[in-house]
Amino acid sequence: MKTADNVALCVRNFSKHYGDGCAYCMDEDAVLDRNICPECGTIHACSDISFDLHKGEILGIVGESGSGKSTLMKMLYFDQEASSGEYHLADFLDGDRDVLKLSSRQKRQIRNEILGMVYQNPVYGLKMEFSAISNIAEKLIASGSRNVGDMTATGDHFLGKVNIPLNRKYEPPVNFSGGMQQRVQIAKALSNYPPVLLLDEVTTGLDLSVQADVLELIKEIQRELGISMIVVSHDLAIIRMLCDRTMVMLDGSVIESGITDQILEDPQHAYTQQLVYSIL
Amino acid sequence: MLSVEDLSKSFTIHHLGQTREAISGINLNVAQGGFLGIVGRSGSGKSTILKSIYGTYRPDGGRIIYDSKENGPVDIMEISDHALIHLRKTEIGYVSQFLKVMPRTTSLELVTQSLLEMGVGLVEAEAQAKTALEHYDIPESLWNNYPNTFSGGEKLRLNIARATVKAPRLLLLDEPTASLDHASKVKVREAISKLKDEGTTLVGIFHDLEFMEGLCDSVYDMSNQEMRHALA
Repeated sequence: MKTADNVALCVRNFSKHYGDGCAYCMDEDAVLDRNICPECGTIHACSDISFDLHKGEILGIVGESGSGKSTLMKMLYFDQEASSGEYHLADFLDGDRDVLKLSSRQKRQIRNEILGMVYQNPVYGLKMEFSAISNIAEKLIASGSRNVGDMTATGDHFLGKVNIPLNRKYEPPVNFSGGMQQRVQIAKALSNYPPVLLLDEVTTGLDLSVQADVLELIKEIQRELGISMIVVSHDLAIIRMLCDRTMVMLDGSVIESGITDQILEDPQHAYTQQLVYSIL
Repeated sequence: MLSVEDLSKSFTIHHLGQTREAISGINLNVAQGGFLGIVGRSGSGKSTILKSIYGTYRPDGGRIIYDSKENGPVDIMEISDHALIHLRKTEIGYVSQFLKVMPRTTSLELVTQSLLEMGVGLVEAEAQAKTALEHYDIPESLWNNYPNTFSGGEKLRLNIARATVKAPRLLLLDEPTASLDHASKVKVREAISKLKDEGTTLVGIFHDLEFMEGLCDSVYDMSNQEMRHALA
């Protein structure tokens, strides 16, 4: 199997369980207590997830806390190892290889050159005690840059793009507000122009005005750079603004997916309906 | 150009344990460049038909055959999500009474984006967007303003400008004139008439029948589920 022409990222039968599993819960027809096996207590954080991310597309993932959204993102970024499944990236050997089977060195290479990740909590994406510009340089060095002049220019460009005043670029993010930290994290993730960007609840906890800044920035970079993105959020208003298509997750499984307006205006699953009826 | 065959759609509302039928046995068609008006009382399912054609609603049964420019006849209910997204960007437009936009997107950016999606270059897109805003009497002082601050009529005119600027092959109009004053309605009518002259096929729901007179070629009446020729 390999990625189709217009597909940037392709995932098949992705699963992640905590615990060894047993004959009962490894059967695909097993009835679990939400995502926990009633026999052996294994937690099935993600079960049998398959999807394609098309080039230039923004795909939304919604679902309540504990539905497996972040676990899925972490598996895509190799922060966590998938228990089973296949994963192909168009920009790695033309999507020919299952990247789950690569060595940790090759996975690191993919993280540095093909994927960008922005975490809900900037602590995970930034070195809080290093300066903002060093954070970006770190990413650039990891992806192969060596020229200090070029790296400084790139760092300035992206910090400017996310509206961080350049006279503060030598300050560590620990001095910054939450919104500024988030924007430095986005600048860092973008700095090596990754073809695929993963955004995990990036506007959660930001005030509305900063949230609007971040959304505007995401839309702009998608338009200008044509980057494919996966956006995890529990805020349906954000999903509506950003995403072409949306998947709904519950208890580790994808229960519904479609074009975003289909999900929001004609939700089929009881849980999706409950979610949509809760929009303010 | 567009033919809807035996279309049915019901809504299951899980928390009430109810399924409500919205439409069934709908048959209608529009020729290329034609204008079909859908009439009927509130709640009769007019919008359900339109939203099914646009693919927002996923119908239970029937077929919606659209003769696309790129690939010939396709069934909207069968094509892939990406094929439908592509059709919406390039061929099929939808105008509703409501306008939902990205925060801090100006009216000029909004209309420009809709052309960028089609692959028009930035300079050309902006020029066309300005012409469209001018046509719908959105004053230049509002071009760099956010639509949230607009009056109801201005929002609606902006919405229509955004959809019509692309000169879609098929334009679906869901009561676009519902809350407009007479002068604005005349503007909308002019624009629709111009689109029709240029060959756009239209399907529209209008509250006020007289507004459609002389523009519609045929009418679909929800009360008897029949098509008839419009009175000339």
